[in-house]
Amino acid sequence: MPEKVAGIIPVKFEKFGLRHYLICLKGVVLRECLRFLHQRERFISSLVRPLIWLFIFAAGFRQVLGVSIIPPYKTYVLYEVYITPGLCGMILLFSGMQSSLSMVYDREMGNMRTLLVSPFPRWFLLVSKMLAGVSVSIAQVYAFLIVAWFWGVKAPPIGYLMVLPALFLSGMMLCALGMLLSSMIKQLENFAGIMNFVIFPGYFASPALYPLWRIQEASPLLHKICLANPFTYAVELIRFAFYGQIEWLSLGVVAGCTVLFLAAAIIAYDPSRGLVTRKQDTGGNG
Amino acid sequence: MAALDVAAVSHSYGSKPALNDVSFSIAPATFTVLLGLNGAGKTTLFSLISHLYDTRRGSIRIFGHDVSRASGEALRRVGIVFQARTLDLDLSVHQNLSYHAALHGIGGREARQRIAALLDIVDMPGRQHDKARSLSGGQMRRIEIARALLHRPSLLLLDEATVGLDIQSRAGILATIRKLVETEGIGVLWATHLIDEVDDGDHVVVLRQGELVAKGKVADVVRTSGAGSIRDAFSRLSRIEAAGTAGISP
Repeated sequence: MPEKVAGIIPVKFEKFGLRHYLICLKGVVLRECLRFLHQRERFISSLVRPLIWLFIFAAGFRQVLGVSIIPPYKTYVLYEVYITPGLCGMILLFSGMQSSLSMVYDREMGNMRTLLVSPFPRWFLLVSKMLAGVSVSIAQVYAFLIVAWFWGVKAPPIGYLMVLPALFLSGMMLCALGMLLSSMIKQLENFAGIMNFVIFPGYFASPALYPLWRIQEASPLLHKICLANPFTYAVELIRFAFYGQIEWLSLGVVAGCTVLFLAAAIIAYDPSRGLVTRKQDTGGNG
Repeated sequence: MAALDVAAVSHSYGSKPALNDVSFSIAPATFTVLLGLNGAGKTTLFSLISHLYDTRRGSIRIFGHDVSRASGEALRRVGIVFQARTLDLDLSVHQNLSYHAALHGIGGREARQRIAALLDIVDMPGRQHDKARSLSGGQMRRIEIARALLHRPSLLLLDEATVGLDIQSRAGILATIRKLVETEGIGVLWATHLIDEVDDGDHVVVLRQGELVAKGKVADVVRTSGAGSIRDAFSRLSRIEAAGTAGISP
């Protein structure tokens, strides 16, 4: 039905088609990329963090921690090679959480509302936001891999391509988790606490820095915690993908957790069911 | 068909009531002022109309589309200027507006053309490439108004759009919006606590602590409240009297 609208000429509101959805997705991804490019400090810190681990931590630890031949490795590997998939996971973990941090910030500052009042379905907007976050994360991972390559940490050439789907899926899982966490948090200050309870336990209770068999030897309880940690499977998925292999258990767990976290985040951001709208908004005083 | 129809809407934050049984409607191409002191429930009402919150009691319809059941269709017809600044300061004016256009499925050349045209309308021609951070408060508001109009809404909601601006900027923005009502036929709901922003020909809706205490044309509200002016009427309605609903529905 044509209606009288701005521009004087009556405009008929056509139904949204695939083209409109793609325009929306592109807009959300482009904005995230632009924001990232404008925040150079964010890019530098995202790169420096894993590089410090690679250049300093790994160099020191190489002497005290031997890595036996475990799949997917067919020979002994340098400790730097072993922790590289974990450092890729670290970038995804920090980036996923940072993306969620920006959602809390956007919600506090009001920017989030411009996204949430879009006529597109809420689930689509959140998935778009996640895809945007993952795109930026993957770019950071590849920037890190380039530096690592010059440092002498090299995977088989095909591995750099094969790892892309693993990075994407792991990034989606971690972004979805971050989005879910952001829905539970009212203020930015509270998020810092959650970061400490999620990022550090998540990272250290995983095979990112040391093989699971070493952890099992040291503490069977910690080993069980590692096995219950979704980040463990993200790291292993990435590790195997570097060598052109699929670790099916990891793939299943990461895919399942992605669906679970995403569904929970969509419910949390749904105005009729979610947690977000149960809290009083800070945007106005009326 | 009403541009906006709010019917028996109530909302609370936990046990704290924010709106209680609020009903009013806005006709297309009219300028309606939502008056209320701080804490009256204006922002809550805006959050319900824009579907940031779900309407659990009562219903809200925008050109016949229920905001809860058909939020997409309803939101396509409404442009919103929030009280808090919502521009991304790191991005340029064009990037901010393009983002909003994309959120409404508008891209490419069409978006560029609309952006250029709307910057003219809000008296900011040629400012596409300015960083949002470099704009004054009044200029940011103008950009936010342009953004709210990008998808050609039939209803425009503005929540305390002139708060924090100097007199000249306030007058300019108000004049721009009033002109849009006349020339473009847009229905406007203008939330404010500043009584000098009300014109004699406007419709007003007065909220007091979440209760609707008056609605209708300015003259009708003034007469029914027994006041000598809309300023006096607002003062009485928002501070002294709360009984009943004065005036006539627009």
